[in-house]
Amino acid sequence: MIDMDLQTWIIGYGVLILKLGAVLLFLLLMAAYLVLVERKLLGRIQVRYGPNRAGKYGLLQPFADTIKMMTKEDIVPDAADRIIFLLSPAVVAITALLMFAVIPFGPDITVYGRRVPLVVTDINVGLLFIFALSSLGVYGAALGGWSSNSKYSLLGGIRGAAQMVSYELALGLSLIPVVMEAGSFSLVEIVNAQAELPFMLLEPVAFAIFFISAMAEIKRIPFDLPEAENELGAGFHTEYSGMRFGLFFLGEYVHMQVLGGLIAVFFLGGWRGPLLPGPVWLALKIVLVCLVMIWIRGTLPRLRYDQLMNLGWKVLIPAALLNVVFTGARLLW
Amino acid sequence: MRVDLIDKEPSGPIQAVWEGARAIAAGFALTLKHLFRKPITEEYPEFKRPLPSRTRARIVLTRDPDGGERCVACYLCSAVCPVSCISMQSAEREDGRRYAAWFRINFARCIYCGLCEEACPTSSIQLTPMFETCERDILKLVYEKEDLLVNHGGKDPDYNFYKHAGVVTAIGGKGEHAGEDQPVNVRSNMP
Repeated sequence: MIDMDLQTWIIGYGVLILKLGAVLLFLLLMAAYLVLVERKLLGRIQVRYGPNRAGKYGLLQPFADTIKMMTKEDIVPDAADRIIFLLSPAVVAITALLMFAVIPFGPDITVYGRRVPLVVTDINVGLLFIFALSSLGVYGAALGGWSSNSKYSLLGGIRGAAQMVSYELALGLSLIPVVMEAGSFSLVEIVNAQAELPFMLLEPVAFAIFFISAMAEIKRIPFDLPEAENELGAGFHTEYSGMRFGLFFLGEYVHMQVLGGLIAVFFLGGWRGPLLPGPVWLALKIVLVCLVMIWIRGTLPRLRYDQLMNLGWKVLIPAALLNVVFTGARLLW
Repeated sequence: MRVDLIDKEPSGPIQAVWEGARAIAAGFALTLKHLFRKPITEEYPEFKRPLPSRTRARIVLTRDPDGGERCVACYLCSAVCPVSCISMQSAEREDGRRYAAWFRINFARCIYCGLCEEACPTSSIQLTPMFETCERDILKLVYEKEDLLVNHGGKDPDYNFYKHAGVVTAIGGKGEHAGEDQPVNVRSNMP
């Protein structure tokens, strides 16, 4: 009896490690190639080629960049708060990677008579877990900016904190209708609730608000005030170099994918789709969202700070609140 | 376009939202259109754009039509050089004419301003469009006289400094020096 329990535990542990490895590998490889795709597409939008020297069509560029970052000197400014300075890039990268843990990437499958759910961990409050992590992510930017002991970094960090506090509200409120529709905080349940109709058609306003505020949350153009390079050097990561800067960069692109995954889960029906297997559909939807974000980056200029705050507090939050009321009314009657 | 915008000042919030949405959509359409255009990039090592002959890059020392060195080691180029990258030592031949015993340009320091070419009285020092002079070892960028000398007259192939009648010297009067033309008769030279 005890042997059986132990066996189950060991197998379960092994499966978990396998899933973790697969998700991590997917995320990191995708992040590396997302950088290349973004640079290529931005280049084409600006009528130039983008990186095309490392390998055919620049396909080895991510490896070249990684080698470059790894071999560069890791400079810590004398005046920096050393421990916090060294740790904050990891905060950004870790919170970004952890968020993917609750995103389901396929239906339950049966291997050798065992049910294996295709999600790293199905927490019944997965949505709250996501919010918690995205709020923690701001510590990376804010503390990184503060500990660098440079005015540009500090300004970037403060902007990052203020921006995230403002948009967190709209982000949370925009998802309340989704939770009301699905009747659960679990991301697996939310995907299951979209078996017939993706929530994007049911809740277009929530989708728009979520997309905009999530872009602000991950500091993408047009909300990249924390790293506004023409005002602040590079904002909160001005003083970072080498692979620590690389971690910030990695975090940003993993965040992009997580956002793609979240939009897929909340509004596009997650892994659901005809013909192709679940993980492929999820990957396709993630890539689609990322491409749209690159397109947005190639088109829109950065918002001014007061415009950013106006949009968050005066437009998105009231709209999200009204949307909650309307959804409630619709569900009630 | 501008007049158009001023004429249609949005009258209400709904119209303002509509105008804004239309403007943003126009931007997205434009970037999407550009995404499918052929890039205008000239890819450098494969395609080398033909440069104008007066492009200022690698410096050479030219020769006159007879094949003699044009440089008379007057030091004007090294004097005018803003970064002091030109150095030389003047010497005198048996016939009393000056030449550079050695002539050195430090291309690691040169800013390719072309002032040396402007200062040169004999059209000797000239800048060429050849700009691919990179070296891994910075000392290889120090060019000696033999590296700088070329076998042509550059931009001014027919000019021969010594053929033009100069001033009276201890060796001879105007037009009496070796290879020198007679002075131009200014009266016959009128239009």
